[in-house]
Amino acid sequence: MDKQRRNFLKVAGATALAGITAPAVVKLTASEAMASSEHAAPAAGGHGEVEAPTGVRLGLVIDMRKLYGKPELMDKIIASCNKVHNIPHFENKKDEVKWIWKMPFENVFPEHSSYHESDLSKENEYFALCNHCDEPPCVRVCPTKATFKVEETGIIAMDYHRCIGCRFCMMGCPYGARSFNWFDPRPHIKEYNAEFPTRMRGVVEKCNFCGERLAKGLEPACVEAAKEVGALIFGDLNDPESEIRKVLAENHTIQRKPSLGTKPSVFYIV
Amino acid sequence: MIEKVLKGNSKYWMWLAFLSAFIAVGAICYIRQFIYGMGLTGMGRDLTWGLYISQFTFLVGVAAGGLMLVLPYYIHDYKAFGRITILGEFLAIGALIICLMFILADIGQVVRGLNMVWHPTPNSMLFWDMVVLWGYLILNVLCGWVILTAERKQVKPPKWIYIFVYISIPFAVSIHTVTAMLYCGLPGRHFWLSAITAPRFLASAFAAGPALIVIACIIMKKVAHFDAGKEAITKLTTIIMYAAIINAFFVCLEFFVGYYSNIPGHMHSLEYLFFGLEHNGHVYNNLVPFMWTSVFLCFGGLGIFSYLKITKVYNELLIGVGCAAIFIALWLDKGLGFVMGGLVVSPLEEINEYIPTANEIGVTLGIWATGILIVTLLYKIAIGVEHEVEA
Amino acid sequence: MYNKGTIIPGLAIFVLIVTSPLWLNAFMTGSTVPKVELPQGGEKQCVASATEMRANHMQLLNEWRDDVLRDGNRVTVMVDGKVYRKGLQMACMECHTNKEKFCDSCHEYASVKPYCWDCHLTPELAATKKETH
Repeated sequence: MDKQRRNFLKVAGATALAGITAPAVVKLTASEAMASSEHAAPAAGGHGEVEAPTGVRLGLVIDMRKLYGKPELMDKIIASCNKVHNIPHFENKKDEVKWIWKMPFENVFPEHSSYHESDLSKENEYFALCNHCDEPPCVRVCPTKATFKVEETGIIAMDYHRCIGCRFCMMGCPYGARSFNWFDPRPHIKEYNAEFPTRMRGVVEKCNFCGERLAKGLEPACVEAAKEVGALIFGDLNDPESEIRKVLAENHTIQRKPSLGTKPSVFYIV
Repeated sequence: MIEKVLKGNSKYWMWLAFLSAFIAVGAICYIRQFIYGMGLTGMGRDLTWGLYISQFTFLVGVAAGGLMLVLPYYIHDYKAFGRITILGEFLAIGALIICLMFILADIGQVVRGLNMVWHPTPNSMLFWDMVVLWGYLILNVLCGWVILTAERKQVKPPKWIYIFVYISIPFAVSIHTVTAMLYCGLPGRHFWLSAITAPRFLASAFAAGPALIVIACIIMKKVAHFDAGKEAITKLTTIIMYAAIINAFFVCLEFFVGYYSNIPGHMHSLEYLFFGLEHNGHVYNNLVPFMWTSVFLCFGGLGIFSYLKITKVYNELLIGVGCAAIFIALWLDKGLGFVMGGLVVSPLEEINEYIPTANEIGVTLGIWATGILIVTLLYKIAIGVEHEVEA
Repeated sequence: MYNKGTIIPGLAIFVLIVTSPLWLNAFMTGSTVPKVELPQGGEKQCVASATEMRANHMQLLNEWRDDVLRDGNRVTVMVDGKVYRKGLQMACMECHTNKEKFCDSCHEYASVKPYCWDCHLTPELAATKKETH
């Protein structure tokens, strides 16, 4: 009697389990795995868009041709960002907080050869900033969802209220785009922008594509500061009619480390 | 059982006082860091993890190493480990507590640490690491305590506890696998981006953990009249030997992949760790002496063990020296080299050498001392119970 | 009972300590309910009634925070014809300019230490480092 009951329970349990898992198995085998064999998708990310994009994906084209030989203009662009976002200035390199900054070609594009470099790239520095990737590793590794993708815009944003300062996102980011507040930033901020908060010690920060300015109908601070030469083109990468798409269609552009599959939203014309 | 920690000879109390001194220093250093900020550490924008996380990584291995006692005893019914299995479980408890303390010391907003629980994020490996570390800690406390209580009462442990003992076996593997996954899934960190990271971690764990237990057994034989038994110690040295050899083999494989493929990113870290990395006319080689010390200690330890095996000599002093050599070698390899070597070239291809500050070292020593103190107290209880049963 | 002499007084002292807040509250009239300073500009309206704000402003701020930061919803709030942006710094402190006399007076009384101003700037602080040209 007892044994029969045990057997019954076993069978019942197994059936229930099969019932629960069956739809999942069907779903898994029916969709992507099968579909991928029919039309092979391009392997690497980068420019090759696979599926029809939906929604807005904000992006930036940096036209370096308009910035060559103009380090002061680049400094002005950087300063405008620093001012708008209350970014502190630290003398010591290890404590630095940077949202957009300039660096030699070999540092911004380490995957491109610098052997017999052109004079242009030897003599000029290039902008580096958060790429607002479509497949962001920083978001993948964050244990609290303190950094996340804003679905409406594609911006990779930070919630400074939630960040616990584990710095895992800085490990995940292959572009070195993130900074940590090793100290209280306030004594190191030159002038406050009353429209934007500062950060506190112990959280990670980075470029936010000026989400707060976009909400007011303004362009990102760097784009505005580069207006005089039109070096930075900002817009929706998913909108075929946008200016940024026209620029991308007409020019050969490169991205930083496209082989990592992060699908950056920042493009360079060099 | 807890009352056993309150009775001991003067050496025992001196040892506790010695550890407490370090704990006090560590606490002061940590309070400084808490008030002033993480800027007190040697870490920086382009080198964001340091001593804390590397110690954490190493000690997860020490915790997982207890598996090498639990597995033979409970699965293969290897009786010789009967007296020391509890030591493996208690070592794991101490090591896990240190790990959790290192994590707390490393995060910038420690008061918000619970955000990991309020906003669970299954796509983050850190979330899973928290789950398995806490799980393994609770399992070890539960199993260790129930089994020791049964031993004290001289009855068989209740049957239900074996369910948890068996669950703890995959958990031991998972703590170190998930810890390896913190590193090996990051794009753009070439040195860590290796499928062999997790097995390499496990191999070094299965050498480092048992080595520490053997050292503890030898010391306790001298100071606490606790004899683990010749057979158990000999078997452990065999396990340590094979695990250390497998670890060395894995390191050699990393060398092959890096140098034969000739991909610069895969070679940079190894070059920095073992030969010094040249960049813009400057050679960066902070860790070279440490890494070669590690190599010599590892092979020295293996040499001692082979000598003992071949001549069939049982010499506790030599065994102790061999275990200490291997433990230190693995600490240098994983507790220093792995994290710092992986970080030396930043994603922006700049070279950043890391030098921990005095404050940071103070916190680190304090946390180590806390863990050793916890293990001492737990071992005191375990041995007290054994003596009580024998009497 | 053994050691009656120590256990009973000990228990009495323990109970007294545990219940001390009740006694203090019953026999002391030390603190007075704080009076907050209303906006200097003379604004009478807020996004909700004073009672509701007093009770729930922290929930509202959290909601606004998640709307603005996480959900990309920066739509302004309109109450009685007046438009408010969502935000502590951008809405609340436009009227309630004095943190010490408005926010702190109650927070200190209630012994809560919100971390808002670790990042958010008060108008007073923002003015200390202002562009000078």
